[in-house]
Amino acid sequence: MDVKSWTYIIVGLSFASYIGIAIWCKAKSTKEFYVAGGGVSPIANGMATAADWMSAASFISMAGLIAFSGYGGSVFLMGWTGGYVLLALMLAPYLRKYGKFTVPEFIGERYYSKTARVVAVVCLIIISVTYVIGQMKGVGVAFSRFLETDYNTGLFVGMGIVFFYAVLGGMKGITYTQIVQYVVLIFAYTVPAIFISLELTGNPIPQLGLGGNVDGIPLLQKLDTVITDLGFSQYTTSTMGSKLNMFAYTLSLMIGTAGLPHVIIRFFTVPKVSDARLSAGWALVFIAILYTTAPAVAAMARLNLTQTIQPGAVGTPEGSLEYNKRPEWFKNWEKTGLLKYEDKNMDGHIQYYNDSNEAFAQSGWQGNEMTTVDKDIIVLANPEIAKLPGWVVALVVAGGLAAALSTAAGLLLAISSAISHDLLKGILKPEITEKEELNASRVAMVGAIALAGYFGLNPPDFAAGTVAIAFGLAASSIFPVLMMGIFSKRMNKQGAIAGMIAGLGVTLLYVFQHKGIMFIPNTSFLGTMKENWFLGITPNAFGAVGAIVNFAVAFAVSSNTEEPTQEAKDLVERIRTPGN
Amino acid sequence: MADTDPPHNNRQAYWRENLRIMTYIMAIWFFVSFGCGILFVEQLNKINLGGFQFGFWMAQQGSIYVFVILIFIYVRMMNNLDKKYSFTEMEELQSDSGPEEEADGR
Repeated sequence: MDVKSWTYIIVGLSFASYIGIAIWCKAKSTKEFYVAGGGVSPIANGMATAADWMSAASFISMAGLIAFSGYGGSVFLMGWTGGYVLLALMLAPYLRKYGKFTVPEFIGERYYSKTARVVAVVCLIIISVTYVIGQMKGVGVAFSRFLETDYNTGLFVGMGIVFFYAVLGGMKGITYTQIVQYVVLIFAYTVPAIFISLELTGNPIPQLGLGGNVDGIPLLQKLDTVITDLGFSQYTTSTMGSKLNMFAYTLSLMIGTAGLPHVIIRFFTVPKVSDARLSAGWALVFIAILYTTAPAVAAMARLNLTQTIQPGAVGTPEGSLEYNKRPEWFKNWEKTGLLKYEDKNMDGHIQYYNDSNEAFAQSGWQGNEMTTVDKDIIVLANPEIAKLPGWVVALVVAGGLAAALSTAAGLLLAISSAISHDLLKGILKPEITEKEELNASRVAMVGAIALAGYFGLNPPDFAAGTVAIAFGLAASSIFPVLMMGIFSKRMNKQGAIAGMIAGLGVTLLYVFQHKGIMFIPNTSFLGTMKENWFLGITPNAFGAVGAIVNFAVAFAVSSNTEEPTQEAKDLVERIRTPGN
Repeated sequence: MADTDPPHNNRQAYWRENLRIMTYIMAIWFFVSFGCGILFVEQLNKINLGGFQFGFWMAQQGSIYVFVILIFIYVRMMNNLDKKYSFTEMEELQSDSGPEEEADGR
């Protein structure tokens, strides 16, 4: 059977199961819609959280990023897992004890302020919409590439599926669908990795294969040699900016992870406080399976790719791959434009090296001829590069779709609950009945899907840049205000609002100064400023600084204004201990 | 409901012990990721662990395993602490009667 038939079968089966689950567990109450009735077991919730958290970015992009940044890519691995320790210790159990539905609801009640609640809603919507655009785009691309439809059709099919099970089932439907999606995506990620590890190192466990031997020398050492011979920097030691930048980047991602509303609300679905702690542990177990496999996939893919193009000794004419003998996957990806070759010296061979490093040009080389190697193709092309059977390639497609859809559904729920529960029920029309609220949340979700679809059809070309905004916002606004709300009884309304606005403002200012206001180039407002002006910290890593500003401003303001109300203090006292 | 409540000072003692446990765990969390994975990575890279340089392994593998272990240790210690202060959670009776009542419970 060919790859296309396999893709239809595997993707079709997985989608049928998502829809079946949606019909089986339709949400009847707001509690079921927002928090799945609060009765999900910790392991099941852990698995759903893992699927919710791991998006198309984790599944498709991360290994590619690491493959081309080597040790520097560690910031993603540590940042996106270490945040769960913060969640388990600092937020999840206390917010579960609080026992209501949404993050802005907690902020509003703890800081006895509708303003604080509205600021939180605004942050939540910006964070979630930013994320959802990326997911919808991933769905559209995956469909159009493998089902050979055009991009728009792929996007509409994806929107239809999400619409069906998220709107109908709410959190209840989403939770059980995400469990299935986790199984699909983790299977799809690890199976090719196991095959490739076995092929290269003889060890079936990729995590061990990464430390295994290839032709008698350690894989990582060989990779270092192979790529430094072509002028690239050493895999195991190349950093991402300065040490301070790596530090700040990792911290931003950790705090940002712990501050993402769609992840936090998952911990409202378990029955008890102790289950919330345990559930964070299980979530990280399920995430770690993918996150410890990713560096193996990255290193092995980089080695395979480099050795395919440079099979022989560097500098000899026959050492570089002859263009006419390029493998099938190379041709396939050339069609997408994500892989490009230009024969600069007209010798019919491919010279792939770091041409900004003059010393590595051999006689007759006229510059790097692999003019485009898109990082995002690594995971998708991996099974083809390793010549794995068609069903494995199809599985990877189903996995990528599962990752994108599960995250999209979780985000849409976070958006719709913020609108129907926080804005409508909480502020605008407190008198509406549960039934009306439930309908409103479904309408809000339809609106959110339409908005995400619109941006998916007309993708703003700043999709990659907005990720910095989403993490920066979560790190500099939501996380500090939640943490202070639990750990400081003295923190008051004025401090929290000032902190959120200051943290957010500083982060936005820094990102916009570097990338243009709303990402429009050349609109930097402070004149020309040196790249990464503040201590060499890149805009993507600035969330950590924003968070520090948030904490500092909040404490300064609150210690100069009146104490919080007695109810707020009682609330803090109540959520700090489990039980009644 | 009120008569099963532990006295106020018990709550304080529970919270203090919780903070102490948290501090230990966060210290290890910081050490394995920011310490071993970033600050001292060059020094640790001089140590070889199988086919890995140790610093690189900590950054891309080891720290993640430690994070998982840390959460489970925290779960265990907190469950013991809950028992010690008898903050045992009765199987969610209040959850069926809706979250509003739970909030009014105090």
